[in-house]
Amino acid sequence: MQVVRLRVNGDERACGVPAHYTLLETLRYGLGLTGSKQGCDKGDCGACTVILDGRAVLSCLTLAREAEGRELRTVEGLAIGTEPHPVQDQFDLAGAAQCGFCTPGILCSSVALLERNPSPSREEVRAALAGNLCRCTGYEKIYDAVEAAARKMGQ
Amino acid sequence: MIRPAAGGAAQAPEALSVVGRRMRKVDGLAKATGRARYTDDIALPGMLHGKILRSPHPHARILAIDTSRAAALEGVHAVVTGRDMPTTYGIIPWTPDEHPLCVDRVRYVGDGVAAVAAVDEDTANAALELVEVAYEELPAYLDPHDAIAAADGPFIHEPRKPGRNGNVTKVVKLAFGDVEAGIAAAREEGGVVVEGDYFFEGTTHTPIEPHCAIGLADASGKLTVWSATQVPHYLHRELARVLELDPAMVRVVQPPVGGAFGGKSEPFDLEFCVAKLSMITGRPVKILYTREEVFYSHRGRHPFHMRYRTGARADGVLAAVDAEIVMDGGAYASFGLVTTYYSGQLLTAPYQMPAYRFHSTRAYTNKPACGPKRGHGSVQPRFAFEVQLDRIAEALEIDPIELRRRNALGEGTRTVNDLRVTSNGFLECLAMVEDASAWRRKFRRLPYGRGVGVAGSTYISGTNYPVYPNDMPQSAVQLQVDRSGRVAVFSGASEIGQGVDSMVAYVVAEELGVPLDHVRVFAGDTDFTPVDLGAYSSRVTFMLGNACIDAARRVKRQVQKVVAEAWDAKPQEVLLAGGLAVRAGDTGTQMPIREAFNLAEAAFGALGATGSYDTPKDVHGSYRGATIGASPAYSFTAHVAEVEVDPETGFVDVVQIWIAHDCGRALNPVLVEGQMEGSAYMGFAEAIMEEQIFKTADQGRAGLHNAPSLLDYRIPTSLDTPALRSLIVESIDPEGPYGAKEAGEGPLHPSIPAIANAIYDAVGVRMNALPFSPPRVWRALQAEAARTPAARSAATPAAVS
Ligand code: FES
Ligand code: FES
Repeated sequence: MQVVRLRVNGDERACGVPAHYTLLETLRYGLGLTGSKQGCDKGDCGACTVILDGRAVLSCLTLAREAEGRELRTVEGLAIGTEPHPVQDQFDLAGAAQCGFCTPGILCSSVALLERNPSPSREEVRAALAGNLCRCTGYEKIYDAVEAAARKMGQ
Repeated sequence: MIRPAAGGAAQAPEALSVVGRRMRKVDGLAKATGRARYTDDIALPGMLHGKILRSPHPHARILAIDTSRAAALEGVHAVVTGRDMPTTYGIIPWTPDEHPLCVDRVRYVGDGVAAVAAVDEDTANAALELVEVAYEELPAYLDPHDAIAAADGPFIHEPRKPGRNGNVTKVVKLAFGDVEAGIAAAREEGGVVVEGDYFFEGTTHTPIEPHCAIGLADASGKLTVWSATQVPHYLHRELARVLELDPAMVRVVQPPVGGAFGGKSEPFDLEFCVAKLSMITGRPVKILYTREEVFYSHRGRHPFHMRYRTGARADGVLAAVDAEIVMDGGAYASFGLVTTYYSGQLLTAPYQMPAYRFHSTRAYTNKPACGPKRGHGSVQPRFAFEVQLDRIAEALEIDPIELRRRNALGEGTRTVNDLRVTSNGFLECLAMVEDASAWRRKFRRLPYGRGVGVAGSTYISGTNYPVYPNDMPQSAVQLQVDRSGRVAVFSGASEIGQGVDSMVAYVVAEELGVPLDHVRVFAGDTDFTPVDLGAYSSRVTFMLGNACIDAARRVKRQVQKVVAEAWDAKPQEVLLAGGLAVRAGDTGTQMPIREAFNLAEAAFGALGATGSYDTPKDVHGSYRGATIGASPAYSFTAHVAEVEVDPETGFVDVVQIWIAHDCGRALNPVLVEGQMEGSAYMGFAEAIMEEQIFKTADQGRAGLHNAPSLLDYRIPTSLDTPALRSLIVESIDPEGPYGAKEAGEGPLHPSIPAIANAIYDAVGVRMNALPFSPPRVWRALQAEAARTPAARSAATPAAVS
């Protein structure tokens, strides 16, 4: 057991977890932040994607310790109060989340993309999401949602 | 209960105020904000973690299992083996050939032999290492032909009747019309007979959520199981039977499911294990499959070895179809009995066939069991058959879309195997993809390396009969109205991402005139919802939609009656829409819907109703097997795919797929498009990338899955997936809810043959085996080049540029 201190979604949190725990395990099982999903636990699916210092990273390949002292955002931290993040809202409008299991990771990849590139082309969106597998949608509605969110945020 | 015809009540679109619009889902924001709670997101106080020990051998006798060292490990609370749960089960009641954990024999690498519950996952894993199993290895069958040939054994399962081949799970032979006469006629009258062998490699579902279950046995003797399942009702039945509990003391809760595609449509070992381990320990027990275990649990698409003989007259009209299919079933029966029928029964639309015969054999092999994957049993034959049609079109010099048009079955008819077909929008589907893809400018006109291909298909909107025989409804809901105007619907159906909970809300809001967000849908809990059979066979919109209409209209009639009395009007003059009760033709006379509900409650007591749906029973023939494949309505689809093939590497880039699908009516076009795109994507994936392969004895480990990870079993990323363009066709089915039919599985089928046919258009090679991976395509190009000098020069890069 070790104590891990994380700054997650603006909160300072601490919890005791086994030393080998990944960031994903710490979030889900240590802090009860179950929004981030585990689809493979080995870096293949992207369901566990979170935003660490502005970059989309796979929390199942990140040790909890590595996230200490850094700014961490998960799907639970994207909305502002009761107002969903524009990407979340557009995902809902466009039908971009079917089963929704890939969605938290895809949202984090999308938000990280839009924060560094506010009006990406479709090719740029496709490239940014290449590490997030979605088995339900065929991706079309996801691109539509990200592009619509970019337009909204640019307004 | 809604019986056919009473049901659907097709309505003019102008009469609908909710249905048909582009709407949000009821659970969309919960999923987009991370608040939706999937099974593994649930943590119960004192919860233990379970793990299952799996066989390293493809086929072996279990001589002894010693669990004592595992049980003695600090932190381990219980260890169970097959002997603790000796009752067999199977999703099809006639073929119960599985145990929750193997009792005396393992039949594939990954078969479960023991399970432990411990304080945490690490301890559970450590305990598995301490379980000692003595095996005696048996010869393993990896090829279905070898298994069938071993008529005298050794058998993977003991034959159900003495003298039978225990390696054969099912044989179906059916013939309709005179196939040989049709073939002879096609030959004599200037037509063509095309013969071909096809191989469809198996594929698996890979939902992004791995299977997960939690069991909780409480002191009152009640067992609750939370599970990521598509079939809570069937799970409920099997848990009670295998664990010898009164079904009234078992509750199955199905949280939102993170994708399924058929891969969660029967009971799995983990559900029995969490239940049993909790019954022993009195503590909640969770098991979450690793991704590797998801590959072992499988139940995915069967590998099919297919031979087709198709005869057509000189004008392209089909004369006869003859099929011989050998199916690789893997270690257990699963839905195999149904798969074997579907392999033949579902081919008889959208084209008229005067004569048709199929002979399908499903064999056991020592690999993970195959079962239903999106487009159950009919995706493989559709691939072969639509390539056959392409070859016929070419031989007769008829445009392949025109050939399909000439053979179209039409609406209000019966197929050669006596399936009743109601609505049919296939011709419109063909016309739409023809136009949208600019087919006429492209087909046989694009430069070498680039090509287009077309294919059509059909699929069922639910199966006519449940997996266990009974006369009860197939779908039901219970509806309850509060004085606030809020309507609660208790639905037995399973939300697996397809949007069924939203569909329920749309239908109820449409019927009762309440705002969408005043409808609450409670689903997936056998303790408080009526039975729905599950999310499989594309049955839910059609069946549950009709059940919702049934329930809502009962309440609506009560409301209309009391409001009519208050207004001195006729009940049918009272319209419920937009949060109001309004008098038809007199919009000045109205009241808030809540007031109307309150009047009804005052008159009739607490307001609520049940609604249910059962299938019509006159939609199929009377021969043995006629009921399997029968559905109250069929969807129709046509695809055009455009590809670019690199002749140097054999790499096939699918540029775009145009998908036209007749879903009857799109209750919410956003969700229908989502199903169409997701289906076409999945078909594309099987066509180009996915391959479920197992090592052979020569490779060191017979029967070991070659790629049980999402990296090695390649599924398409955003960069791999082609542009997908969905085109909705609405034929308004007379019995579907508002005319709706299925959309979740039909649109997968044509992707594969459309791509195969496009590859032919691009580079002139016929791809008869899946997937169309670079080595396969490259080899086909080389073989073609060796065969014809013309192809050789065309295949050189110089000729391409
Ligand atoms: S769970 Fe992290 S990539 Fe799959
Ligand atoms: S919505 Fe199901 S995996 Fe993406």
